[in-house]
Order: sequence, then C-alpha cells, then structure tokens
Amino acid sequence: MSATLAGLGAQAAGGVFPRRARRRWAGGIAFLLARPLAIVGVTVLLAWLGVMIFAPVIAPAPPLKQDFSARFAPPSRAHPFGTDKLGRDQLARVVYGARISIPVGVMVIGLAGVAGVAIGAAAGFRGGLVDESVMRVTDVFLAFPPIILALAIAAALGPDLRNAMLALVAVWWPTYARMMRGVTLSVRQQEYVQAAVAAGAGTPRLLLRTILPNAFMPLLVLATVDIGSGITAAAALSYLGLGVRPPAPEWGAMVADGAQAPNQWWLAAFPGLAIFSVVMAFNLAGDAVQDALDPRLRGGR
Amino acid sequence: MSLQRYIVRRIALLAPMLIGITLLAFVVSHFVPSDPVATGLGERAASDPEIVAAFRARWGLDDPLPTQYLRYLGGLLRGDLGVSISSHRAVADDLRQYLPATIELATTAMLISVALGIPLGVIAAVRREGVADRAIRVVSLAGASIPVFWLALLAMLLFYSRLGWAPAPGRLDAAMSPPPTVTGFYTVDSLLAGEWDRFANALHHLALPACTLAIYQLAYIVRVTRSSMVEAIGQDYVRTARAKGLRERVVVSRHAFRNALIPVVIYLGLGFGGLLSGTVITETIFAWPGVGRYAFRASSTLDFPAIMSVTVVIAVMYVLVNLVVDVGQALIDPRIRFGS
Repeated sequence: MSATLAGLGAQAAGGVFPRRARRRWAGGIAFLLARPLAIVGVTVLLAWLGVMIFAPVIAPAPPLKQDFSARFAPPSRAHPFGTDKLGRDQLARVVYGARISIPVGVMVIGLAGVAGVAIGAAAGFRGGLVDESVMRVTDVFLAFPPIILALAIAAALGPDLRNAMLALVAVWWPTYARMMRGVTLSVRQQEYVQAAVAAGAGTPRLLLRTILPNAFMPLLVLATVDIGSGITAAAALSYLGLGVRPPAPEWGAMVADGAQAPNQWWLAAFPGLAIFSVVMAFNLAGDAVQDALDPRLRGGR
Repeated sequence: MSLQRYIVRRIALLAPMLIGITLLAFVVSHFVPSDPVATGLGERAASDPEIVAAFRARWGLDDPLPTQYLRYLGGLLRGDLGVSISSHRAVADDLRQYLPATIELATTAMLISVALGIPLGVIAAVRREGVADRAIRVVSLAGASIPVFWLALLAMLLFYSRLGWAPAPGRLDAAMSPPPTVTGFYTVDSLLAGEWDRFANALHHLALPACTLAIYQLAYIVRVTRSSMVEAIGQDYVRTARAKGLRERVVVSRHAFRNALIPVVIYLGLGFGGLLSGTVITETIFAWPGVGRYAFRASSTLDFPAIMSVTVVIAVMYVLVNLVVDVGQALIDPRIRFGS
C-alpha cells in the first residue's frame, strides 16, 4: 500500500508532468505557427533582439556623438531618422535605445514576477494568518492606480533608472503574488500533490515539482503581455523625467526631447514607433499564447 | 448571505483598506532618501541651519514618524489634507479645484470608449474569426500597444501645431471665463447656465485629450466585450432562443448581449484605475489642469503633502468605485452573494 502511494507520489511529482508538459509545448508551437499574427509578433521580437545584439554594427554612428554642423537635420540618406538638437544621429539612438528600453521592461516584469511568485507561493502554501495578511497587503497595493503609485515612489527615491525600475516592481508584484497564490491553493488540493505529500516530499520539492510546472503557463501568458506594459511604463516614467538620465538614449526620454521641438516631428516619431512596435509584438505573441492555452480554441475547431 | 449582510461586510472591509492605503502613502513619502527641506527651500536657504530648523518645525518634520502619521490621519478624518509645500495652499482646496477637470476628462473618455468599444466587441463576437473580427482585433491590440504619452504628443503635434484644428491647451479659450460653478464640469455647468458657445468651447477643448485617453481604454473594452459575447453566444439559452425561431438580431441583442454585459460593467470599474493613471500623462501633455498634472508636478517638486494626498484620494476613489461595482454585481447576480 505504502509502496504504491510512494510510487504514485514519485510519478506525480516527477514522472507524469514533464512528459505532459512536453506534449503541451509541441502542440503549442504548432498552434502558434498556424497563426499569421503570432508569426508577425515573434518575427518582430526576434528582429529587435538582433538589433540589440548587433547595435554597434547597425547604428550608423555612436549614439552620443554630436555633430553641430548637422543639428535638427530632417530624415535623409545620411541620417535616416534625422538628428536632434546636438546633431546626434537618431537612428543610432533608437538602435542603442533598444539596449536600454527592452531589457528594462523585461527586468521589471522578471523581478516583479520572481518576487510575486515567491510571496504568492508562500501565502498559498502556508495559508492561515500569513495568507490573510499577504492578501490584504496586495489589496492595498492594487488599490493604487499603477502610474500614480509608481510616480510617487520614483519621485521619492529620486530620478534615475534603477529607482524607476524599483518603483515599477513595487507596483507590479501583487498581480503575480495573487496569481501564484491562486494556483498554489488549487494545486495543493490535487490528489497527486496529496500523494506526493504522503510520500514524504518536502516543501521545496513540492513547490518545484508540482506547483511551479502548473503555474508556468499562466505565468508565461501574463508575463508576455506584461513585458509590453512594463516597457511602456518604464518609458512613461522616463518621459516624465523620472527614469533614465540624459544623455543615455532611452526611448521614453527621447520622445520627451521630441516634445520640446514641435517642428522636428522625427524626434518624437521614431522612438515612439520603436516602443509601439515592441509592445505590439509582445501583445500579438501574448494573444497567441493565450489562445494556444485555451482548450476551447485548441483542437476544438 | 443576505444582500444586506454582503454589503455591510464589504463596507466593513473598507476600514482596514483605508488604513493600509494611508499607511503605504505615508511610508512611501517618508522613508525616502530625497530631502523635502532642500527642495522646499531651495539650496541657498537650505544651507542656513536656522531657516532649516524653522522649516522643519513649521511642517512638523522633527516629530517621531508615528506621531506624524497619526496627525496626518486625524487631519484626513476632518477633511484636512495638509498644506502643499510648493503652492502654500491647502491640498484639499487644490484638489477641489483640479478634481472636477479630471473627472470630466475621464468620464468623457470612458463614454467615448464605451460607445465605440461595446458595438465593436459585439460585431467581432458575432462575426467571430471573420474579416471584421480579425480587423477589430488587430486595431484594438494596436490601440493597447501605443504608449499614451506618444499618442498624446503626436495628436498635439498634428492637430494643434500643424493643422490648427485643436484649440490651445486648457479647458477653455483664454479669453473665456468659466461658467458659474455647480458641478465643476465646464460642459455641464455651461449647459445648466444655457451658454451654448461656452459649452461648444469646452467641448472643443475636451475633444483631443478625451479621445487620446479613450483609445487606450477602447482596446480593453473591445476585448472584454468580445470574449464575454462569444461565451454568451455559446450558451444553451441562446440555442433555445434560436430554436424558437427568433430572428438573429433579437437573439444577439436580447439574449446574448444582456448577459454578456455583466463582465463588461465589472471591467469598467476596474478600468477606471487605468484611466486615472492615463490622466497623469494625458493631462501633463495637454496642460489639462487636473489632478493628474497636479500629481506629476507635486512629485517633481517633492511636495510630499500634495503627493500623499493625491495618491490617497485617487486610491480611495478607486476603492469606492470598485465597491459600487461589487455591490451592483451582487444585486444583479445572486451567485456572488451566496457563493464562496
């Protein structure tokens, strides 16, 4: 009897899951390939990844190089995206900006995700008073409209990129904590988890082997769409002067520079377009991932 | 649980929530490296220890933090939100002046996005996987992907600087005085006073910021409406209605749409917070004299009483809106009252 239970537990905790997850992955990728919009999204994201890696090769000039003989030059063959008030090449700045703006968004969501997942799993696992207090704290955080709380935190910490990111992480973790707690609570009731507990699996093992695999897909969907919002939010804080300090080429700060020059449309247009294309690509990809995970859409038709 | 008990319980939960909100705002604005003395006084005055001491005593900055928090909380209960360090006016007065502008802007944006978003979402659901559905989906995703600050700026550059269609920033032309205050909404007040040209002017000024703010919200409304309609159309009662031989238009509008509306209304409550976030950026760019711009200015001058109060007031508004939505939902849908 106990041998069967232990076997069941081991199977539940290690054996069954990965195989099913692999099949899920394969099906998911096939599903994604059948959707043209998802392909567009993923292609754009890969293109931006290329731009980030090969920035020095792609950019026609260093992003900070000033050329006072070509100030406020409109887009031309020499400067495809024009130049700014210091004669800096805007294409170079947009290209190098990808190295700041995209990782910032990814890191904000990554950090918020890790913090939220840890806190949420602890709440769901411990239950009782811990759970109750964690949930009330997330309630309070979620009561604030995100940009307004981030604005207050970023302003209080002082304007720089690290503080803007901290502010955004502080605003974002509760979403992930709540989701993770929900998953933890529901998974904990499952028979195979009970079996794993009966088989003597410890808490870390349970979390890694049973809870996280179940939480992975919903987390992935949430994070894919959120990275886009994270990039926009970080850029918005920079736009408001609370993020990246000049002269670093960051897209939000570049749009803010463009706001000072209403006759030079290209200054605001191109960095904004860059943000838009990345965020749209993440949204298209996230949309497809979401559909791929919806059993009513998959297979059914 | 009876409806009354549900409402009482929901309201009772407000108290810890409000304490949490004020505490968080207080902590954020006090446990920080930035020094309000330096920003409030300027560098020259801040180098004079006597002035600094007077400043700290004047604003109670030397009291222990719990004392400062309790004093703040006591003030809040009396409707006293403190005095702005930069404008030297009561924050409550500032907010009374700026809040109507923000609510007018946010409400107009909400109306525009609902008027467009719900029909688009219904069309997308009815023509599911058709050309219209795909087009609506892509366009609404695009709307959700455009950074608000960029959209607002481009709108400004195009419609104001280049085409000259939009009026100069502000709620009315500079030459025009505001209508007699009743609600604080210039559109409503000018209508109440029967002043049509003032009404048209206020509307003209409202148009661009409200549309900008609406586009962002629109995408989400389309999305929620679509998925909730798709779900409703798949229900048995819709099949029954069709089997009865009702016309498709009646089936969609009477049977499916009504039921699909509940999640949309809930979303509108939740989306209100996003809308308020959007006002910070929209108001800053369009120089709209509302709380969003006030919050931005306060945070760039480290005006802590102002930041704290704006944050708290907006969070409280958001919590109250969600309370109303929850109670409304419980009125419509008994499962919420009785469910776990």
